[in-house]
Amino acid sequence: MLYREAGQFKTTYADDQALLPIAQDRIGLFIILAIAFVALPLFASEFFLSSIMIPFLVFSLAAIGLNILMGYAGQLSLGTGAFMGVGAYACYKLTTLYPDMSIIVVLLLSGVFSAAIGVVFGLPSLRIKGLYLAITTLAAQFFLEWCFIRIGWLYNYNDSGAIEVPTRTILGLAVTGPQATPLTRYMFILCVVTIMTLIAANVLRGRIGRSWMMIRDMDIAAELMGIKPLNAKLSAFAFSSYYCGVAGALMVFFWLGSAEVEAFDINHSFLILFMVIIGGMGSLTGCFMGAAFIWVLPVILRAIPSAFDLNLLAATMEHISSIVIGVLIIFFLIVEPHGLARLWQIGKEKLRTWPFPYAT
Amino acid sequence: MSATSETVATQASTNGTSVLLSVDNVTLTFGGVKAISDISFNINKGEIRAIIGPNGAGKTSMLNVINGFYHPQKGQISYKGKTRRRMKPYQAASSGIARTFQNVALFSGMSTLDNIMSGRSLKMKRGLFWQALHVGPARQEEIEHRAYVEKIIDFLEIAHIRKQPVGKLPYGLQKRVELGRAMAMEPELLLLDEPMAGMNLEEKEDMSRFVLDLNSEFGTTIALIEHDMGVVMDLADRVVVLDYGQKIADGTPAEVQSNQNVIDAYLGVAS
Repeated sequence: MLYREAGQFKTTYADDQALLPIAQDRIGLFIILAIAFVALPLFASEFFLSSIMIPFLVFSLAAIGLNILMGYAGQLSLGTGAFMGVGAYACYKLTTLYPDMSIIVVLLLSGVFSAAIGVVFGLPSLRIKGLYLAITTLAAQFFLEWCFIRIGWLYNYNDSGAIEVPTRTILGLAVTGPQATPLTRYMFILCVVTIMTLIAANVLRGRIGRSWMMIRDMDIAAELMGIKPLNAKLSAFAFSSYYCGVAGALMVFFWLGSAEVEAFDINHSFLILFMVIIGGMGSLTGCFMGAAFIWVLPVILRAIPSAFDLNLLAATMEHISSIVIGVLIIFFLIVEPHGLARLWQIGKEKLRTWPFPYAT
Repeated sequence: MSATSETVATQASTNGTSVLLSVDNVTLTFGGVKAISDISFNINKGEIRAIIGPNGAGKTSMLNVINGFYHPQKGQISYKGKTRRRMKPYQAASSGIARTFQNVALFSGMSTLDNIMSGRSLKMKRGLFWQALHVGPARQEEIEHRAYVEKIIDFLEIAHIRKQPVGKLPYGLQKRVELGRAMAMEPELLLLDEPMAGMNLEEKEDMSRFVLDLNSEFGTTIALIEHDMGVVMDLADRVVVLDYGQKIADGTPAEVQSNQNVIDAYLGVAS
């Protein structure tokens, strides 16, 4: 009733090809952005920003990276954690080698390193498909983890073996390091994620994104339409790893503050993978939904008993939230195997035709 | 160019038509199995050429050789006067050969519009930078190609399914979208692998109409594999008949129909 495109006539192809052709979607997005950019900075607590919103945005960006590769280009990968690590270590090396370089430039450059490594480990995809490819990307995961431990140069031969984030400023305002407030870090990440999401959406609806989807859906036919599998697959690996790399750098520099190799292990890869699967493969909205489901929901669940003055052991609470999350994952995957984004889309379709469900 | 293809070319030019593609003594084997043995034929510019034969005759293999999926062990293929031995499918695409598949090979996760737009991939040039911003040239390019795609959508009468994902469409429409996708490449030579398989009479009539209009309005040369003899005899200018990987007849529909070898191949020989 509220959500329908009746009366919204398009007279040009440009209008029809807009990112959000339906006015209600545009209003919805505007409200979400207004909450994120205005309401949260004004009213949210530091705890909420630093342990819910910042990780949520970082994971969303990493999920977008993996989703581009898996959901749009159809190439499975289990090396997300390692690619994020490459971004983080590259960012650390660059900013310690060139302390005067702007942190924004460093951040954008660190993704380039990750993209290059991604292309190298994407080479097997030219011969291997599906689950077997996932196994070869495990090689990336283990090899890169080994590098992070064994190559001392990467962490400047710290005794701890960890990378400690130095303070970096933009226009005199500390954005990383201990002096940076959660609010500035949140605003910085929010800007990066918003811009990068928009860029991803644009690339995915153009020729390049279409060539990835062609390879995903029917690689033989794609080749007959003039797509070179080499270019399409490797560009997908590069683009995806770039996003993962930037997400990794953001994770260490704007969220954790310091990180060891454990931050980029295989569990981390699985976490991002689950976000993509739960959220919905081949959907950018799904990445945010998946990240919210896997990261934000447990935090909220753990906060519920204390809100009702129930004193439960932290460990008990941990177990209960694991159980609830597990049950919810099974429930959602049974209801809609294509993820939360598809569920959301079906809901919108139903709304469009309500109260005449037989109309199409 | 070999002697045989030159003679073929001169023969054709005396008839007032030019050869677009000629297949010369092509042999294709898979291990010990001979899929195609020593076949020669040609396709003239602007004609509808049918390739028929019983199941397993090597018709689809022939198409796969023409657009570079298989590389023949012997023989060569000349397209627009140029001869090449080994060619990649994307090279065939960029030289103007498009095709549809026997089993529909659409991009099932994409909408009808995106499927047909994907046929324009080779014609779109803008790089990552402009695409990422989606302003200026990239946006302009997208709109120009959309306009061409809309022409095809009108031509094939599929405007009502423009935004639907193709995976859910009925079979007849999927075949039509696949034809549209091939048309979007603006091919000079269009290879249709059983475009009417599994269709009812009305759908076959529609598809025949599209093939004829495509040939006359867009001037596209068409090579067609089809089992429905009525369709083949009505549409084709010339027919080549294969059986067990060998060419057994070549000529106008009427000639082929009365050829004893063809009748034997289809009906069997009394022993």
